[in-house]
Amino acid sequence: MTREIYYADAIREALALAMREDPSVYVFGEDVAAYGGVFGVTMGLAAEFGQQRVRNTPLSEAAILGEAVGAAVYGMRPVPEIQFGDFITSAMSQVVDLMANYHYRNGTALPITVRLPSGGMLGIGNFHSNCWENWFVHVPGLKIVVPATAYDAKGLLLAAIRDPNPVLYFEQKRLYRLVKDDVPEASYEVEIGKARLALEGNDLTILTYGNMVLEALKAAHELGKRGIKAEVIDLRSLVPLDKELIFSSVSKTNRVLILHEARKVAGFGGELAALITEEIFDELAAPIIRLGAKSMPVPMNPNLEAFYLPSIQDVVAAGERLMKY
Amino acid sequence: MLTPEKKLALYRALRLTRIFEDWIYYICHNQNSQKPLIIGKGYLSTGQEAVSVGAAMAMEPADWYAPSHRDIGGHLIRGVSLQELLLQYMSREGSPTKGRDGNVHFGFVRHKTLGFISQMGALTVAANGVATAMKMCGDKQAVLCCYGDGASSSGVVHEALNYAAVGKLPVVFVVNNNRWAISTPLHEQMAIENIADRGTGYGMPSLIVEGNNVFAVYDAVYDALKRARAGAGPCLIECKSMRMAGHGTHDMAKYVPDDEYAYWKTKDPILWAEKLLLEDGLSNAEDFKAVEVELKAELEKVVEICVQAGPIRPNHELEDVFAEGK
Repeated sequence: MTREIYYADAIREALALAMREDPSVYVFGEDVAAYGGVFGVTMGLAAEFGQQRVRNTPLSEAAILGEAVGAAVYGMRPVPEIQFGDFITSAMSQVVDLMANYHYRNGTALPITVRLPSGGMLGIGNFHSNCWENWFVHVPGLKIVVPATAYDAKGLLLAAIRDPNPVLYFEQKRLYRLVKDDVPEASYEVEIGKARLALEGNDLTILTYGNMVLEALKAAHELGKRGIKAEVIDLRSLVPLDKELIFSSVSKTNRVLILHEARKVAGFGGELAALITEEIFDELAAPIIRLGAKSMPVPMNPNLEAFYLPSIQDVVAAGERLMKY
Repeated sequence: MLTPEKKLALYRALRLTRIFEDWIYYICHNQNSQKPLIIGKGYLSTGQEAVSVGAAMAMEPADWYAPSHRDIGGHLIRGVSLQELLLQYMSREGSPTKGRDGNVHFGFVRHKTLGFISQMGALTVAANGVATAMKMCGDKQAVLCCYGDGASSSGVVHEALNYAAVGKLPVVFVVNNNRWAISTPLHEQMAIENIADRGTGYGMPSLIVEGNNVFAVYDAVYDALKRARAGAGPCLIECKSMRMAGHGTHDMAKYVPDDEYAYWKTKDPILWAEKLLLEDGLSNAEDFKAVEVELKAELEKVVEICVQAGPIRPNHELEDVFAEGK
């Protein structure tokens, strides 16, 4: 049975299913228990699973992710929440120095899923809107996923929790109650490392993920009115990366537009652009265009935040520019 | 319980640690730098072995260990073999980390030990995770977590101790206060006299122990672990000791005043244990010599085996960055 549910509810459903099927799965973080988390994502879980498996912690991000490492070594499957993805900076060492390299050095797998509500477009300023996922792409040993639909939110979270490796799950807080789509009631997985063809087209490929998938689809609609058929690929997973789908799309359209909410400079788009030019340069008919946020702190005022972010008009203009080659 | 057998085992563990680390020190200072026998440096507990040995000996086999860098004594007690340790230092075939890390940077599930990393104090938060998992699984065990005076200044340690107290976690935190963090003396590290004073602020009992008296360390940690296993929560034990050599074998520690060394030399943990064993009538000078001779011969035998071990070459390096399967 499938039915339409919101992105936030899909996450909660995945957590509940994972906890029902495996007693070693547990949830902890700031305000996640009776209060249900500041976004209400874990609402009701403490009532079903008790306050030991859905546990409030002190305001201590380093201690939260350190707990995850120790508990995973002992055989649990911890699913910590970092209240706002931005606050991961307070636990950087636990992720980078302790968690990511543990399997390579000591041979012990750490099945940890860190939930990181990320991204902006909500007018909530620099400490609640950042997209730091690309920092962690640089750290070997971490899988990195960013769901853009309710279906993927549930399927990727279940896959992440069952994965033997640390997975950073960058859920998009803007999408919690904005995105609603068909989600099976039962348990299923979306394979980590497989991108999704969000819209088929022949003229150019938009590579995107997270919040910007919606914007890319809107821009593709605009481009369509101008006779340009854009293909939209939702990467879903940055590590591992679905090179196969990316390369086959680029080989078909020969034009690439990379779009992410994270800042453009040293963002994941740079890695994608380099990868495409290194491996399939001959398939390109035009230079690759990257669009991302401007290099400035995330401003609070909605007009300023709109200035900071890439707009649909930017995407449309870039698409038209690509077609001139 | 500090039985006569336990006292003799503690003495033997002190000796073994001293003999092993003296060998590391000797090689580091005498090896050909172009063709080194040991890769990296030694971070030794020489002259302060009692903190690690006394604390680790107080553990039960099912307890877990979150060691710091001067805890070779504890590793040996947890069952890490001399051969594993030597191959780890030499970074040769058979090294328990497969050459992926060196010297004191390791820790394995088979020894119920967390893997040490260089970010001082980092394992305090992971120790809480092991303790939380024990509680959730209904396992009535505890975690011994060791760190130093330098680490005690890091934010993560403060987070860990508060978190452990709030969660009433079965963790015993043992601070090896050896007065020096590389070249930084205590008065530049903290504005208080005793690290144990912080226990009250975290909401856990704390005490101060003569860190060079291996029997005193054992007793204090034994009681604290027992209390933790019974569900009474964490405890903070400060062991007063002194780092009697440089931070690593590359550090001549000229910044340490001579009289400080002279004072602490009189409190050498091996001499201290021998004095107490003589007072108890449990051993005599001949017994002490016999232990030393036996353990030295044992080390020599293992060294002979390890120098034959082959070099390490890349093997599944990229594959092992991630774990396979479910």
